[in-house]
Amino acid sequence: MLQQIEGSAAVAQAVATCRPEVIAAYPITPQTHIVEGLGDMVKRGLVGNCEFLNVESEFGAMSVCIGSSATGARTYTATSSQGMLFMMEAVYNASGMGLPIVMTVGNRAIGPPINIWNDWSDSMAARDAAWIQLFVEDNQQAADVHVQAFRLAEAVSLPVMVCMDGFILTHAYTRVDVPEQGQVDRFLPAFEPRQLLDPAAPITMGAMVGPEAFAEVRFLAHYKQLEALDLIPRHAAEFETIFGRDSGGLLKSFDAADKDTVVVSMGSVIGTLKSVLADMRQDGSSIGLLSIRSYRPFPKQQLSDALAKAKRVIVFEKCLAVGMGGILAADVRMALANLSIPIYSVIGGLGGRPITQENLRRMLDKGVQDQLEEPHFHDLNVEVVHRELERLRDIQRPGSSAESILRDIAGADAAARGSR
Amino acid sequence: MTQLPESEQRVKFYQTGTFTVGNRLLDEAQRSVQASVERANSLDSGHRACQGCGEALGARYVVDAALRAADDQLIAANATGCLEVFTTPYPESAWRLPWIHSLFGNAPAVGAGIAAALRARGREDVRVIAQGGDGGTTDIGMGCLSGVFERDDDVLYVCYNNQAYMNTGVQRSSQTPPAARTATTTIAGSAPGNGLNSGKSVPLIAMAHGIPYVATASVDDLHDLESKVVKAMGFRGARYLEVFVPCPLGWGSRPADTIKVARLATQSGMFPLIEAEYGELTAVTPIRDRRPVEDYLKLQRRFAHVFAPENVHQLEALREIAERNIRRFNLLPDEEASS
Ligand SMILES: Cc1ncc(C[n+]2csc(CCOP(=O)(O)OP(=O)(O)O)c2C)c(N)n1
Ligand code: SF4
Ligand SMILES: [Mg+2]
Repeated sequence: MLQQIEGSAAVAQAVATCRPEVIAAYPITPQTHIVEGLGDMVKRGLVGNCEFLNVESEFGAMSVCIGSSATGARTYTATSSQGMLFMMEAVYNASGMGLPIVMTVGNRAIGPPINIWNDWSDSMAARDAAWIQLFVEDNQQAADVHVQAFRLAEAVSLPVMVCMDGFILTHAYTRVDVPEQGQVDRFLPAFEPRQLLDPAAPITMGAMVGPEAFAEVRFLAHYKQLEALDLIPRHAAEFETIFGRDSGGLLKSFDAADKDTVVVSMGSVIGTLKSVLADMRQDGSSIGLLSIRSYRPFPKQQLSDALAKAKRVIVFEKCLAVGMGGILAADVRMALANLSIPIYSVIGGLGGRPITQENLRRMLDKGVQDQLEEPHFHDLNVEVVHRELERLRDIQRPGSSAESILRDIAGADAAARGSR
Repeated sequence: MTQLPESEQRVKFYQTGTFTVGNRLLDEAQRSVQASVERANSLDSGHRACQGCGEALGARYVVDAALRAADDQLIAANATGCLEVFTTPYPESAWRLPWIHSLFGNAPAVGAGIAAALRARGREDVRVIAQGGDGGTTDIGMGCLSGVFERDDDVLYVCYNNQAYMNTGVQRSSQTPPAARTATTTIAGSAPGNGLNSGKSVPLIAMAHGIPYVATASVDDLHDLESKVVKAMGFRGARYLEVFVPCPLGWGSRPADTIKVARLATQSGMFPLIEAEYGELTAVTPIRDRRPVEDYLKLQRRFAHVFAPENVHQLEALREIAERNIRRFNLLPDEEASS
C-alpha cells in the first residue's frame, strides 16, 4: 500500500509482515524508531504471536536473538554504531552458529568523537563477521529488502544485515509502497530450521571445535555466502514478479555499460550520484554509475563483468580503513584485478558530512581528468587539518585533537562573522 | 528471622564419622534418586572434568532434578567455562538434553531468548535453565543476568560457584574469597592472595530484583540441592540458584575431600544456605554442627598462607566473614536464643 511514511516506519511495517516471532529491542539513534514502531505494533496485536523484549544492552539483544533463533523462532533486531560494537561478540556468534537472524543497521559513525550521524563504520566493523550485508538506496528498497532478507537468511542459514543510511533514510519521509501481507506470504515461506533446540530430539549446539575441523567450518560459511550470490538475484527476480518492483539483487547498473568512467558506490548516495551523473552526461561526459547492493557476499565476478569496458573507476564510500584507505575500494580493486585501469578511492560523508550535488560534481570533474590523489578525502577542510598539525608539531605528548579542531572551526566561524 | 517451615524435614544425623547425610534418614520426598533407573543422567559419564569436581557433581544433580520437574521438557543454555568445556569436546557431548553454548557472558540472555521463542510458539510446557560458573555469572554475565531478573524472564539461572575462573587456569573472580590465592592474586608482597574488602553477594543482588525465587545450595547436601531445584521449577519467572562447588584443582584440595570441604564451608558459616521468595528471605539452613573456619581453610592450599603468624589478620578477616554470615542469616538460632 502506498504511504507517505518515515523510512523507519516503513521498515517496521515490512518486518511485521514477515511474521517475526521474537524481536529484541534496544535504543540507539538512528535505528530506534524501527523498534519503537514494532513494539507498538506488537502491543496492538498486529504481529501475531510475537514476543517483544526490551533488553538491557545490544549484547543482550543479540544474545536473546541467538537463543530464540536456535529455538526455531523467526527473529529480528536492529542496531547502529556503538550498539554494533557492543554486541560484536554475539554478532560473530550468531553467524558462527548459522542462525538466520535479520538485523537492520541504521548506519552511523563510530566515536569518539561521539557522532550520531551517518557513515558506514558500524556495519564495516562487522564486515568479516560472516553476516550477509545488503545495502539499500532508498526507503522502498529498505522495506522490500527486509522481506528478501528473511528469505535469504533462512535459505542459506546465515544472518543478514540490512544496511540503511542513518537519518538520510531512517528519518526521511518518502512515498513507499509498503509490502502487503498477502504478497509477503507468497514470497516468504514459514521458518523451518533444519535443527533446533527441542526436547523431542536433543542436540548439542555451540560445542568446541579444534584445529582438526575449524578451517572447514569457516570455509563452509564462505561457501554459503557464495551460494547466496546465486540466490540473491533469483530472490530479487521472484520478488519482482510478485511485487512488481525491482528491489535487491547483487548490484545495479545505472547507465554504466560502455561508459569511460564508472562511479561505484552503495546506499543512499546513489540517488544523489544519479542526478549529478545525468548532468555530467548532458555536459558530454561518458560517465555511469554502479550500485553495490550486496556488499557481503561481494559480487566480484558480476562487478568485473559490468565494468569490463570501463577506462576508469571512481569508488565513493562513507568509511575509512585508517592507515590504509578505502574499504569498498579495496574490494573493487580485488574484483577488477584483471583490468589495468585506474581505480580511485574517494572517502566522503564521514560522520554525516553533507554530500551535495555541487561537491560531488567538483570531485568528479577532477576524477574524469585523472586528477584525484590516492586516496581522495572528499570535502576535507584542509586548512583546519594543517593548523592542527602545526599546533601539534610543538607538543610532543599524546592527546585527542577533536576538541581543538572544534575550537578552531568555532574561532574561524566567529572571525568570518566579525569580518562581515 | 524466618525459620525452616515445619513441613520441611530437619536432618537429624550424619552418618557416623562422615559428613554424609544418608538417604535413609530423610523423607521419601527428599531422598536423592541417584540409583534409580529413572534417573535421567542428563550429564552423562565420560566427560572430562577433574577428579572430585564439585561443578560436575552439582550440575548433574541440578539438571537431572530440573529435568524431572519439567517432565523432560527442558532446554539448557550454558556459559563458557569448565562445565561447557569438559562436557562438549566435539564431536562428543555429555548432555542428554537440548543444550546450547553461545558465549561466556550471555547465557542468561540466551535463556531469555529460548523462553521467548517457546512462548511465541505456544510451547510453554518446555522449561528453560541457564547456567554458568561464577565468573560467567557474577562478573561478565552480570548485565544480562540482571536483565533477565528485572524482566522476570521465565528462566532458572544456576551459578556454579567455585570462586574463581577455573577454566582459564584459576584467576580471581568477584567470588574469590578474601586472602585466597589465585593465579592473579598470588602469594606475594605484604598482602598475599586476594584483597580483603572485595567481592559481592549475588543472591542478595538477585533478591533486590524481587524475583520469585532465590536460593543457595551446596554439593555437600544433594538432597537439599535437588529439592531447591524442584522448588525453583515450581515457579514461573526468573529464578536464581547459586551452588557451592569446590574445585580441587583451583583450591588445592584433595579430590576425595570435595564433599567434606563443601560441608565445612556451610558448617563454619563461610557459605550460608538461604532461600528467598519475591525479595523476602523465607528460610535459612541453620548450622548443625559448628566448625571453626580454620578446619575449612586447612583443607585448601589456596589458604595455606593465612596460617603464617604475619598473616593472622587475614585469618581474622575470614573468621569475621563467617561471623557476619551467622549474624546476618541467623545460622545459629539456638545460640542466639540462649545468649
Ligand atoms: C569474552 C570472553 N572473555 C574471556 C574468556 C575466557 N574464559 C573462558 S572460560 C573463563 C573462565 C570461566 O570461569 P567461571 O565462569 O567461573 O567458570 P569455571 O570455569 O570456573 O567453572 C574465561 C575467563 C572468554 N571465553 N570470553
Ligand atoms: S578445574 Fe575445577 S571446576 Fe574445572 S573441571 Fe577441574 S575441578 Fe572442575
Ligand atoms: Mg568459576
